[in-house]
Amino acid sequence: MSDLQVFRQESRDWLEENCPQSMRSPVIAGEGACWGGRNWTFTSEDQKLWLERMGAKGWTAPDWPTEYGGGGLDKAEHKILKEEMARIRARSPLDSFGVWMIGPALLKFGSEALKQQHLPAIIRGEIRWCQGYSEPNAGSDLAGLQSKAVDMGDHFIANGQKVWTSYGDKADWMFCLLRTDPDAKKQMGISLVLFDMETPGVTPKPIKLISGSSPFCETFLDDVRVEKDQVVGEVNQGWTIAKYLLTHEREMIGGMGLTDAGSKTLGAIAAKTVGTTDGRLNDLFMRTDVARWEIDAAAFAFTAERVTDEAKAGQGIGATSAMLKYYGTELNKRRFETMLKIGGSDDLIWEGDISNNGWTARTLLRTKGNSIEGGTSEVQLNIIAKNILGLG
Amino acid sequence: MALVLNEEQQMLKESAQGFLSEHAPVSELRAQRDAGSDRGYSSTLWSQMVNMGWAAILVPEEYGGLAFGHVGMAQIVEQSGRTLTASPLLSTAILGVTAINLAGSEDQKTELLGAIAGGELTIALAVDEKIHHDPMQTAMPAVAKGDGYVLNGEKRFVVDGSTADKLIVATRTAGSPGDMKGISLFLVDRTASGVSVQRTEMLDGRNAAIITFTDVEVTADAMLGEQDRGFRALSATLDAGNAHLSAELLGIAQESFDRTLQYMKERKQFGALIGSFQALQHRTAHWWSEIEMCKSVVLKVLQSLDEGDVRGSALASIAKAKLCEVAELSTNEAIQLHGGIGMTDEYEIGFFIKRARPAQMLFGDYNYHANRFALISGY
Repeated sequence: MSDLQVFRQESRDWLEENCPQSMRSPVIAGEGACWGGRNWTFTSEDQKLWLERMGAKGWTAPDWPTEYGGGGLDKAEHKILKEEMARIRARSPLDSFGVWMIGPALLKFGSEALKQQHLPAIIRGEIRWCQGYSEPNAGSDLAGLQSKAVDMGDHFIANGQKVWTSYGDKADWMFCLLRTDPDAKKQMGISLVLFDMETPGVTPKPIKLISGSSPFCETFLDDVRVEKDQVVGEVNQGWTIAKYLLTHEREMIGGMGLTDAGSKTLGAIAAKTVGTTDGRLNDLFMRTDVARWEIDAAAFAFTAERVTDEAKAGQGIGATSAMLKYYGTELNKRRFETMLKIGGSDDLIWEGDISNNGWTARTLLRTKGNSIEGGTSEVQLNIIAKNILGLG
Repeated sequence: MALVLNEEQQMLKESAQGFLSEHAPVSELRAQRDAGSDRGYSSTLWSQMVNMGWAAILVPEEYGGLAFGHVGMAQIVEQSGRTLTASPLLSTAILGVTAINLAGSEDQKTELLGAIAGGELTIALAVDEKIHHDPMQTAMPAVAKGDGYVLNGEKRFVVDGSTADKLIVATRTAGSPGDMKGISLFLVDRTASGVSVQRTEMLDGRNAAIITFTDVEVTADAMLGEQDRGFRALSATLDAGNAHLSAELLGIAQESFDRTLQYMKERKQFGALIGSFQALQHRTAHWWSEIEMCKSVVLKVLQSLDEGDVRGSALASIAKAKLCEVAELSTNEAIQLHGGIGMTDEYEIGFFIKRARPAQMLFGDYNYHANRFALISGY
């Protein structure tokens, strides 16, 4: 057996032994997801066990170095692990902005001390992170942010207001962009800093969205003490890291255009809802909408596959995250518009069992933010035009 | 299989690019058209293509071919979309070879496939009877008589129908239009008695034909495949045809895009390059994203043809539908963003829309394939 075959067998055996039965079903619409952190209440003993076991093995961050508690897997091994988890339908043990965002940024730009301090706790799911980027007057024009950190000698004092802080009221630490040089040109005076959300002066307040839920906060910073050793990279050089993280975020959000494996197709839902005659949906205009969406969704899924394969083969143009983010989020919005039409008046019911508490309508409303957060569709088109097509 | 070209396919793509841009650029199409060529393509060019082995790419090795596969062949077809090169590649080397290879007897394969690979035989596929493609509706009767059959009826939009040596004709030998069963394929000489060919020059300057069959008698060994069971091979042949038409449309879309992008970096209005205007940048960036989607569906369906994937028909319809949509977008945006000069015959950008529309409609447009995809998907 080759090394990879051995790895596959060992992974299979380990997962078989360690993944609780109740963790072997997909998380649907966030239901049952585990975010970890100091304030987390596990939804079951199995969820706790699954996070502890995977965290201890480093498989919550499979490709991070073992010296920080990561899995230390190379690309081929990581792929095998994903396949073996998919084989038993094992759910992700941890959803985490630590793993997805600040962790990779620390690995790339952070000091050794910062890596040692933060990465192990992220891997074990002990600390939950949130992102302090947007401000009331700095949305698409993120580099226009005004929240500032003033150098007090051995520390900074931060003041200002952040907005769209995902799960800011549930998070333990924030990675935050602050202006550290008010005189420098826009992008040049920004630093990326880390602080505990329990630091005096940090106040997250949930924002109620049109969907009725409050996944985001506005976060007020009043004379918040930020330690000097919690600056990632160089002072005033945070914009480079911010751009790196934004690219990362685009890739994550772009994945939304991909339907979960195993979920019912729009065609199947529509066929069940309005019925068919001679193999055709009874509502012919709905049929056209559904077919048009499914053709585009297939094209998008193949594109995500091709872009990944090209990157592996060292081909392709790179910088495709803007395109995937743009197309994937627009597609996701169309998906829910089509879903709502299929669901009819029952799906307009805001609460109660008939509509599963308004799931389709609320999700539709939530998807409207997909083409705003992480850079609007128009910002993505700007990026494509400038960076890929060379239009100035 | 990874959704990327392997090294050999990449090499073929580059050599096709080099050859076609040198020997068959868009200006050649204009020259053919202006000369009033009744052939619609250059015989010399076709001979060169045959010499390079292009007619043999899909032919199995045991019949004198290269067996290089659909992904490989489509690299040439995609480039021919960029250069708008007319040739019998689609009708003969793709449709002809696929149909004969799938349905033909050992004798037919030995005789015909080798001849195609060697450039001695050209083929045209005669399917449509009405103005909209729908092969299951085939009605043209072939009636048994003695040892053979008698064919009567009319076929339209037969690409290369006025020049091909042999026609592959879809007929009905049983059942009614709309039945999958009861369709039979015949090989008929274009010059056989009772075959009347009316050449129809299309807007792309290429030829198609309306062909009338009046008491055309053929022998039993002219049948391609089994009686009444021709639909399966016909459908698979059309899937291959649509996959390659999608590749051609991808070439057209990309070339329309590249030329327009270049123009946006040269043309000035209001004292600035038009490429600096955000209204145009966003249109262009959206257009570019759509072409990226097209690259993926085209490669996916081609790989599925080479692997004998059971989803082949669904993928062929996804690809053709998507490429019809984006080819339409591309050729329209190309003209709009060029402005007035895009409307002139003198400028080459207008040639792309003229080739795109027939390629979109041949063997089913967006509506046909979206409908077919929905039916395959159970709705």
